[in-house]
Amino acid sequence: MLKTLRKIAAIGIVTEARVAPDESLRVHDELQERILDVLGRALCIRHIDAGSCNGCELEVHALGNPYYNIEGAGIRFVASPRHADMLLVTGPVSVSMEDALRRTYEATPDPKLVVAVGDCGCTGGIFGESYASRGRVANVIPVNVAVPGCPPSPVRILSGILTALAR
Amino acid sequence: MSTRAQLQWQWIGGTPPAWRAAVEADQWTSVARTMHGDGARLLALWGGERRSDAARIEVLAAYLDQEGLRVTELDVPRDVATIPSIAEVYPAALRMERALHDLLGVRAANGDARPWLRHASWPAGYLPLRRDQPEPPRAPGITDNYAFVMVSGDGVHEIPVGPVHASIIEPGHFRFSVAGEKVLRLEQRLGYAHKGVERLFQHRPLDQGHRLAARICGDSTVAYSWAYCRALEGMSGCEVTARCAWLRALALELERIANHLGDLGALGNDAGFAFGLAQFSRVKEDLLRTLYDAFGQRYLMDYVVPGGVARDLAPASISALTTRLVATEHEVRAMRAIYDDHPGVHDRFHDAGTVLPQLAARLGLTGLAGRASDQAFDLRVDHPWAPWSTFPAKLATRSSGDVLARVAVRFDEVLESIRICRAWLRLLPEGAVQRDLGTPLAGALAFGLVEGWRGPVFIALEAGAEGRTHRCHVHDPSWQNWPALEHAIMDNIVPDFPLINKSFNLAYSGHDL
Ligand code: SF4
Repeated sequence: MLKTLRKIAAIGIVTEARVAPDESLRVHDELQERILDVLGRALCIRHIDAGSCNGCELEVHALGNPYYNIEGAGIRFVASPRHADMLLVTGPVSVSMEDALRRTYEATPDPKLVVAVGDCGCTGGIFGESYASRGRVANVIPVNVAVPGCPPSPVRILSGILTALAR
Repeated sequence: MSTRAQLQWQWIGGTPPAWRAAVEADQWTSVARTMHGDGARLLALWGGERRSDAARIEVLAAYLDQEGLRVTELDVPRDVATIPSIAEVYPAALRMERALHDLLGVRAANGDARPWLRHASWPAGYLPLRRDQPEPPRAPGITDNYAFVMVSGDGVHEIPVGPVHASIIEPGHFRFSVAGEKVLRLEQRLGYAHKGVERLFQHRPLDQGHRLAARICGDSTVAYSWAYCRALEGMSGCEVTARCAWLRALALELERIANHLGDLGALGNDAGFAFGLAQFSRVKEDLLRTLYDAFGQRYLMDYVVPGGVARDLAPASISALTTRLVATEHEVRAMRAIYDDHPGVHDRFHDAGTVLPQLAARLGLTGLAGRASDQAFDLRVDHPWAPWSTFPAKLATRSSGDVLARVAVRFDEVLESIRICRAWLRLLPEGAVQRDLGTPLAGALAFGLVEGWRGPVFIALEAGAEGRTHRCHVHDPSWQNWPALEHAIMDNIVPDFPLINKSFNLAYSGHDL
């Protein structure tokens, strides 16, 4: 216990200054005014891996580390789409995940935001469209903001999330 | 009598050294049995169209032992519907045989006719790895009714989980049969992340496949792209420079360190110790930022390229990396002491999700999870090449086969990887980091085998004419280890599943392809 406390005291708080939204990532912004009125300051995100290579997941995970401290910003990852304000979708949409993605979208209460993460989510990436891949997320559900990169850095992902929230 | 000795083995070369031999259908299973008797492990089983005659399919099985890689080939005329199975000898072959049927239409007589990678959303009758098949019309993205095995009895009920999971992980479905809190049975359904990778390879020139390989399993991007490049360089007669070989190995070990750090934090968290996650995710982030400064990337996507690496390491980066590794080691040792001292953490890790060595051997448990169940295999130690051959890595094993053992192996391996990386950074040979690839030999079959952080990542590459890819098969160690997780969870309680699952941390995308 003493070791744990000593570690906490030695490390202190390492959380960094928050990144800014980036308007260039915006795809379309219908509904946003309304959502922001509803949300206030807290945001609940449901992550969906629609067929990613797991590279994007690593950087989404990193958002929780003490440097980015996404929870400190009032943003939480939740376990059910029914609790979510935003869907964060990674990967090209594999054909076998299409139905699950669509159903998750439908299960998310309105108004809702969708952020597509990574080159795959933005365009289908290297996997494109095929018998097994539907390509970009917007081919299956409406997308508000798309964050390119392979994988995009946590800062870019956070910036994408905040762009979706920005008025 | 050894059927193995009667085969005509043709030398292919490489490290580990590889041989291939044709096997008749009536010998297919007995050869597997002999291999098994001789202590060889099944590395992969796959198929493809014959290059010389598309009307024939060849099915290949790769076995690995202390000598090297033995690849047996079974020639199957297209109208032969069924081949013998080796799943009775090597249980891990079962899913590979089912995938073979999904991709090529060749059925192995293993008694399980359910599809494995194919879901209903994939057009019925479409065989992606047959070249004469045009892209099918868009099928409706529907969810099918998979025939899970039902467990019946008093008070038994089912809990379905997935494919979308409650936290930030890849898609897959788990079907638990439980009585009260206790898990009687787990059945996995994978394939949700299937993206048609092997078909995509067939439409890419050989010298561009590494970029696709790098994106099969993002957490193992160095292992995959290196395995691909090893196969490609093998068939092109290209030997990379000493500095390049060392930098690739360094990148692989850094990938191992980063993943183990992430897992050690997540495992603490799943044991109810969020402090562990906070600390390890901070230490991992520090490392990723140093990688970004040194390599231009946090994860080393596309760092390994045919004939070399994408960029050299500057002297300033060498010292920055060394400093970072020293600091990381310090942090890991401190955290290990904290984990060891924490009765709650120990209690959750101990005796959870146990796979005893005997079962591990029978199932062919491999890589990190295998080493935690006393399966003392590691390519870096068993078949080393430079720099491991000049500066060897020490094998880390445990025999209790529980979460605690898989955590201990990770701690050992992080510290060992840091130790060898620091030495390599001191001894890094001078010179160029890129060589001309040369021309891949048309028709050649070559292999790339690399000990990624999860275990052996295997790529079998067959060249077509004029630099085209005839076939590229990709195999993740998770194929062997997923079935073992079904055993590991039995008799544990449902709430321990996330912890046990995380302690294996198997690949979905790398498996589903
Ligand atoms: S964008 Fe890159 S890292 Fe993300 S899922 Fe696609 S290939 Fe993987």
